[in-house]
Amino acid sequence: MEVKKGLYYTNEHEWVMVEEDVAFIGISDYAQHSMGELVFIDLPEEGDEFEKGDAFGAVESVKAASDVYMPISGEVLEVNENVSDNPALVNEDAFENWLIKIKPSDLEELGELMNSEQYETFLSEEN
Amino acid sequence: MNPYIPVTEDDLRELLEKTGVKDVKELFNDIPSDIQLNRELDLKEGKSELEVRTFIEEIASENHTTDELICFLGAGAYDRYIPSVVKHLAGRSEFYTAYTPYQPEISQGTLQVIFEYQTMICELTGMDVANASMYDGASATAEAAIMSAVQTKRNKILCSDGINPQTKAVLDTYLRFRGFEIEYVPLKNGGTDLALIQEKLDKTVASVIVQNPNFFGVIEELSGFAEKIHENKSLLIVSADPISLAILKKPADYGADIVVGEGQQFGGSLAFGGPYLGFIACTEKLMRKMPGRIVGQSEDVDGKRAFVLTLQAREQHIRRYKATSNICSNQAHNVLIASIYLTTMGKEGLKEVALQTIQKTNYLYREMLKIDGYEEVFKDKKYFSEFPIKCPGNVDAINHELLHEGFIGGFNVESEYPEYSNTSLYCVTEKRTKQEMDELIQVLGGAK
Amino acid sequence: MRKYDKLIFEISKEKRKAYTLPVLDVEEKDISQLIPQDMQRDEVNLPEVSEVDVVRHYTNLSNKNYGVDTGFYPLGSCTMKYNPKINEDMAALPGFANIHPLQDELTVQGALGLMYDMEGMLSEIAGMDGFTLQPAAGAHGELTGLMIIKAYHEYHKDTKRTKIIVPDSAHGTNPATAQLCGFDIVEIKSDAEGSVDLDALKAVLGDDIAGLMLTNPSTLGLFETNIKEIARLVHEAGGLLYYDGANMNAIMGVSRPGDMGFDVVHFNLHKTFSTPHGGGGPGSGPVGVKEKLIPFLPYPVIQVNDEDEMFELDFDRPLSIGKVKSFYGNFQVIVKAYTYIKMMGSNGLKQASEMAVLNANYIKEELKGIYELPIDKVCKHEFVFSGIKDYHDVTTLDIAKRLLDYGYHPPTIYFPLIIHDAIMIEPTETESKEEMDGFIEVMKLIAEEAKKDPELLKNAPYTTQVRRIDEVKAARDLILKYKPE
Repeated sequence: MEVKKGLYYTNEHEWVMVEEDVAFIGISDYAQHSMGELVFIDLPEEGDEFEKGDAFGAVESVKAASDVYMPISGEVLEVNENVSDNPALVNEDAFENWLIKIKPSDLEELGELMNSEQYETFLSEEN
Repeated sequence: MNPYIPVTEDDLRELLEKTGVKDVKELFNDIPSDIQLNRELDLKEGKSELEVRTFIEEIASENHTTDELICFLGAGAYDRYIPSVVKHLAGRSEFYTAYTPYQPEISQGTLQVIFEYQTMICELTGMDVANASMYDGASATAEAAIMSAVQTKRNKILCSDGINPQTKAVLDTYLRFRGFEIEYVPLKNGGTDLALIQEKLDKTVASVIVQNPNFFGVIEELSGFAEKIHENKSLLIVSADPISLAILKKPADYGADIVVGEGQQFGGSLAFGGPYLGFIACTEKLMRKMPGRIVGQSEDVDGKRAFVLTLQAREQHIRRYKATSNICSNQAHNVLIASIYLTTMGKEGLKEVALQTIQKTNYLYREMLKIDGYEEVFKDKKYFSEFPIKCPGNVDAINHELLHEGFIGGFNVESEYPEYSNTSLYCVTEKRTKQEMDELIQVLGGAK
Repeated sequence: MRKYDKLIFEISKEKRKAYTLPVLDVEEKDISQLIPQDMQRDEVNLPEVSEVDVVRHYTNLSNKNYGVDTGFYPLGSCTMKYNPKINEDMAALPGFANIHPLQDELTVQGALGLMYDMEGMLSEIAGMDGFTLQPAAGAHGELTGLMIIKAYHEYHKDTKRTKIIVPDSAHGTNPATAQLCGFDIVEIKSDAEGSVDLDALKAVLGDDIAGLMLTNPSTLGLFETNIKEIARLVHEAGGLLYYDGANMNAIMGVSRPGDMGFDVVHFNLHKTFSTPHGGGGPGSGPVGVKEKLIPFLPYPVIQVNDEDEMFELDFDRPLSIGKVKSFYGNFQVIVKAYTYIKMMGSNGLKQASEMAVLNANYIKEELKGIYELPIDKVCKHEFVFSGIKDYHDVTTLDIAKRLLDYGYHPPTIYFPLIIHDAIMIEPTETESKEEMDGFIEVMKLIAEEAKKDPELLKNAPYTTQVRRIDEVKAARDLILKYKPE
């Protein structure tokens, strides 16, 4: 399982990547793997605003369903319709296929997340 | 030996020996003695099949059935003709002794029946998706109301007062405990007061529920109504009489977002109120919030068409407390009955049932109005299979007299709507004959 | 057997029909006078088939099903016992099938009397003081029971009690029900044997707890021996105990939920009391309560009029939670269960539980050398294996699918969630030693096959009407109704 460097992770297995004043959010490779083949991804609408920790959508496989939570607060700028049209993309590459693009409201919140090394340790402890 | 417990003395000895205990009682030693019963249950001893049959037939004979009494009572349960094939085919135990189709490879019978049923419910209602059924029409309505509140994240339901009182009672219970509010909007001349409902629409309203034809049998005129509701970002829930759908506009065509109803009329017995089945269908947009089982088409590893339970991530066994509903079962056997009925009646048959119903209902209505003392309750309304009529006296008293003459009279409306005194709700199905109706008229004419 | 793979819509042919109706015998009015103009509909596109078509279609579909009448069905926690035929005959009697639920009470004395008697018998079996027959299924009974608990606390102005405790081993319905009833859920961990961890329980008990939901025996088929202590603790904290009757088939006539300290119970008539599951329903989930909760039962309540000794329906129940279903419940299902109890009697019911437990222990002992038994104790009516012993190249699903080739319905798999690769076996009392021995042999054979040729299992089944089905495709493509090509 891949844990991509340079991203921040949550213990609910979301990742966030900041590029200047926008951030991309997705689920980790571990998350897609443990869910199994995804059949549905529910995403918010552009303009929706969420606080850190809010559920902004859900991912579903045949045997499981899980809400996805905001790693940091912000306003949704764009949702990735490619993944809602074809959820299998997330199984193929969970990093390439982000779920939402947001405008973060407080980048300080990143400090509360894990970096890739910490996340790897977290994963090995969880199992 | 008990016929359903096939253990012989020899078997018992061997089973105990292999299990490593001397007596069956040992297997219950882990139950603390102070909560063991330590006496026989205070029930009678078991009896032979012949004795039990005689005993229960005796009980059944204390009931007066719609075979001996001519039934003009509806109000949520309907005395319709059930073709012979229905009971013969539904009686196949490969269907009724199976569990929920968790092993699709050996459950294609049940799964295909449900798939075909879903298709026919979608055709009747015009909706995109139907589920595999709910407990009954009333609970289906309550679940639809909750679904609308969850979808819109609003907490108030507006419901036309023309909804069946049984449904009303169940709605009240479900919504009260779930913490949602319901307001009943009074009727105007027997029809849903569309203007008043529109006035009451605000940002708290999740949905509007209308029954069509309504409890009084009135065919509601709902064209254009949904637009105002949708403008307010609320949903329209229609509780439909399923037989009427053969001749009345599809609820989808007047903007329904969710359609529910009671499916008993599709080949089901009156059975003192159950088991019946509730149907529920919705738009594609709402399908992931729909409760209950849904069957989908797929393929097996050889590419052969096959059916399987799908969209299960909505359900309690995966979502647990986040599930739309706690429902696990559906009324699969009633779905089978409904499917056999619908295929037997078919395109022309269902329409003819509906047409005979409306013609006969209107015949009885016309004839009753000719009797002295019987008066119209609502002006210029159109009725499908039931109509209210003002009687010259107390409805219970009239019904008592009718019973002596072999009739089950109409529903006493006053018992649910105190504002309508001496009002009886008569029901006519395709099963009633002109002769039966004329006899009723004669008795009523003489009874005043 | 004849191959049949048609949908009813695919055999439809214009103008065929399977029905007859009498000619309309009243004066016919123009339909436009009877229906408002813009509410009319032209046609409804249902199948057009002959009666022979209908009969062959459904008969062929029935052949694609597997029921208890087909063979052994050891589906854990579902109690797939034999469904006696007399039950069906009694429920179909015209005296029960052809009565309208709103008929004058005087004309349905038999039906009301039967239900009244049934409530009494269920109360005796459960050790409770009153019953309602209104709920249509187990989950519906749970909902009704929790509503009663909520109404009870509200009546006592004890409105802080907003939480229901559910063990993590519980069936998914328990938390879903609590949610539907407007409660918050507190999940507590079970101990290694799937029992309630008393310390974990004590830690969450307080004046915000409305009640605890529990099944006993537990989902692992083990009797909760601390039940009296659990009841004491919950009651002391002001909560009530709810008994999920899913596993009642283990203890009929041996021990009663009421005596264990439960305040509310539901039974599944379609499990314990032999009514057929119908391919997914209808079931029936009567709810029993202790005396102090009787006022909260759904209305109407059947009672005997002291004056004329007639049965009547009492709607005047000011504290009632209301109605949860139209009319009075799944009446015909109740008739079937009533017939069963009359056939079995007190002696028969107890023997049923004893044999259900012995049969489960027998299969457990015969197979535990080959399948992993995580908790090696005397079980009740069911027990749970955790895959094949010391062998992990095949999944529990593979084992289940291979069983299909040998003509058995598989056990419940992957439940309870707290046991890895769970295989939950419940034989019931209605299976003979020969039937169980056949199953045991096949289970042993499958374990051998798994070790010799895991691929054989991974691709099973081979002999069924259809083979493994692509569930992912079903969920992604979502074909939920027939569309002509």
